[in-house]
Amino acid sequence: MPRKIRSPEELKKLQIELGRKANNGKVKISVCNGTACRPYGSNPVVQAFKSEIEKRGIFDKVDFRITGCHGFCERGPVAVIEPGNIFYQKIRTEDVPEIIDKTVLNNQVLDRLLFKDPEYKGAIEKLSEVGFYKHQNRILLGNNIKIDPTNIEDYIAIGGYSALAKALFDLSPEQIIDMVKQSGLRGRGGAGFPTGAKWESCKKAPGDIKYVIVNADEGDPGAYANEGLLTGNPHCVLEGLIIGAYAIGSHQGYIYVRNEYPLALKHITVAIDEARKIGLLGDNILGSGFNFNVRINRGGGAFVCGESTALMASLEGKPGEPRAKYIHTVERGLWDRPSDLNNVETWANIPLIINNGPEWFASIGTKGNTGTKIFSLTGKVNNTGLVEVPLGMKLRDIIFNIGGGIRNNKKFKAVQTGGPSGGCIPERLLDLPVNFDELTKAGSMMGSGGMIVMDEDNCMVDVARYFLTFLEEESCGKCVPCREGIRRMRQILNDICEGNGQESDIDLLKELSNHLKDSSLCALGSSAPNPVLTTIEYFLDEYKAHIIDKKCPAGVCKQLIRFFIIDEKCPGCGLCVKTCPTGAIKFMGKKKPVVLDQSKCIKCRTCYDICKMGAVGIE
Amino acid sequence: MSEIVNIIINNVSFQVEKGITILQAARKLGIKIPTLCDNEAIEPYGACRLCIVELEKGSRNRIVTSCLYPVEEGLIIKTDTERVIRNRKMLLSLLLTRCSENRVIKDLAAEYSIERPPFREKYWEKNDCIVCGLCVRACEQIVGVSAISLVNRGISKEPAPPFLEKAKACIGCGSCYYVCPTNAIKMEDRNGIRRIYNWKVEFKLKRCSKCGIPWAPEAQLNYIIKKWDLPDNIFDLCPNCR
Repeated sequence: MPRKIRSPEELKKLQIELGRKANNGKVKISVCNGTACRPYGSNPVVQAFKSEIEKRGIFDKVDFRITGCHGFCERGPVAVIEPGNIFYQKIRTEDVPEIIDKTVLNNQVLDRLLFKDPEYKGAIEKLSEVGFYKHQNRILLGNNIKIDPTNIEDYIAIGGYSALAKALFDLSPEQIIDMVKQSGLRGRGGAGFPTGAKWESCKKAPGDIKYVIVNADEGDPGAYANEGLLTGNPHCVLEGLIIGAYAIGSHQGYIYVRNEYPLALKHITVAIDEARKIGLLGDNILGSGFNFNVRINRGGGAFVCGESTALMASLEGKPGEPRAKYIHTVERGLWDRPSDLNNVETWANIPLIINNGPEWFASIGTKGNTGTKIFSLTGKVNNTGLVEVPLGMKLRDIIFNIGGGIRNNKKFKAVQTGGPSGGCIPERLLDLPVNFDELTKAGSMMGSGGMIVMDEDNCMVDVARYFLTFLEEESCGKCVPCREGIRRMRQILNDICEGNGQESDIDLLKELSNHLKDSSLCALGSSAPNPVLTTIEYFLDEYKAHIIDKKCPAGVCKQLIRFFIIDEKCPGCGLCVKTCPTGAIKFMGKKKPVVLDQSKCIKCRTCYDICKMGAVGIE
Repeated sequence: MSEIVNIIINNVSFQVEKGITILQAARKLGIKIPTLCDNEAIEPYGACRLCIVELEKGSRNRIVTSCLYPVEEGLIIKTDTERVIRNRKMLLSLLLTRCSENRVIKDLAAEYSIERPPFREKYWEKNDCIVCGLCVRACEQIVGVSAISLVNRGISKEPAPPFLEKAKACIGCGSCYYVCPTNAIKMEDRNGIRRIYNWKVEFKLKRCSKCGIPWAPEAQLNYIIKKWDLPDNIFDLCPNCR
């Protein structure tokens, strides 16, 4: 840990020193040990690298770095080796000695660890050429590969905190707010409110005590963009926060992290400690006379606490219930003081805007929707992971170019954007540019950047039911439309899925949806109908099939389907007989088709999934 | 002297104090807006949503909660548009489904010609509580003991004592009972004992030293004596004998 930095000149000096140290001609290995790579076994891989390097005593030849998320979660554990920008994926501990022998010490590339893109019919050596990365613009996530998130020196070495020095010494608070306004940055938490305008209102609000808050309560199922940033590069969020505090005139910040993000919590805690020790937090930051402190608060597991007023109530130690925002939080927020709350990703963009200028930022993306956005690409795509693209990129490009298309050559059906209360967007809208306004127009939303891809095997009524079940559980229960309305909608959807739908249900669902949009207290209630309204609008046929024909076309809703053996295709291998948990399938002898007893079948789908001959049918 | 603002409610212009809510303004002007979770003595909460009104602002109208929205210069408010009534009817349908046998809810729904909710009968429930939180708010803001709070979330949310046990801090004043808009709180004074069944508590009632009639929980009277530093014998007589 370097000594305390007391001036921007000292920071500059340290930066040059660390930069020189980094430019040492050693081979650099960055292994992802992020939240998604860990279950794939990145921890043992990291240990293997450490012990192998130690065993051989090659510290003078290798710079080994454990990093946060690289993004390509599907292929974890992943690593990047420089020079050469070599991208290895699906690394096992057994591969490590060979990586050291061949790649690190002898410049040889191991073909079997390279990513094989079906599109190019061959192995791709460089990370920058892998389809998943090639089409992205990783101005935020790109740094994750370059730094150890628990080492502030790494961040400083790549120019970290120079934006803070610039802000504190070369810019007035008004100039900073102007820059953020000119950049066109809109809130990454989902609503897309212009960040500069929010800061300005908070700055202008009367009162000498003001708060700045980082919203890291990312509770959407399938979304982990904030996690990726906070775990992989906590200092960029912290730097943005300090700059914002200075611009707004706040001396106390809060970072509200959901407790289900242990790694993010650990890394941001370390980052704050290091920043404080080095003089980037606390009193007289960098000798500027500006004082700022920050506290971490852990969320208690309520989805609704991602809503700004509920989050502030929770920070105050009260139950996480939203309140009406007729008086804005920038005027009366946390403890009734002017408070500026922004999402993790919003804060992370600030240093980039200060360093590179608002024009640079505004040149990325499209007019009115500038910069990049991180999406958590999950579901039935080949390449799942965190992707960062300029706003305005087409959905098709994200799903097919970056995501590599649909798994198992199935047919794309829909993509759900914006978390549980986003909408499902159908194939005919795939050329929609992804930005705040277009997603809203299509009945969905940006949300926190979740993107769940669904294929022909997903039943859209069941999908709507799934999200409504989630929202029913997560409604805070304060206001009647949300508490009672979501419950009734979920019950109706349940009935439809179970074959008890009535033709009047669709109108009733629509009526309830409009009611929730009009009358709910907060955005959880008013956006909850989105999954229902969009599936009704784009997949009405599926609703009708369930309600009128009592059929589930995708073969998902158990009460509406029946499994059967296609005799001509069944070779009588008996694989399904062995795996059927209820003994409903009977072996009839070799080369004779098996027989399925409907009365014993619990429709668990195991036989369908295991049969390689396609001899199990669903109707 | 507080600032005066001009507002229009249902096409009629009024002058009201700045900062009061639309609901307070409407009440002063004799315009009726239905509510369940509002009580003038208690901070507004915005849970029942029945007091929604339509606000004309710029080119688009929006629905706001009148118990929370502070009046400001030039507000154009409509309290009974088609959109307001449609939403209010749905609110009452939802409440009636939750409280299908509650007299207050049934009567209010009937005022809006809702005899039966548009949902399948198997969804109907027989609750009395609408989770408006008035009992909890009265206990906290008026009485100052916070013997109960709203626990759980979503459909399981309910007013309850800590850990769903006996409400240890309760003084038996019955404010929760009196303030409840749907008679969901069961309280009974019998044989010199007050019981509040919802909070699993019972209190001995103090007998008037003159007429001998039990008239208030001892715990409540002691709480008042202590809080206001009154003489110990001040409540020896009941209000009738005083």
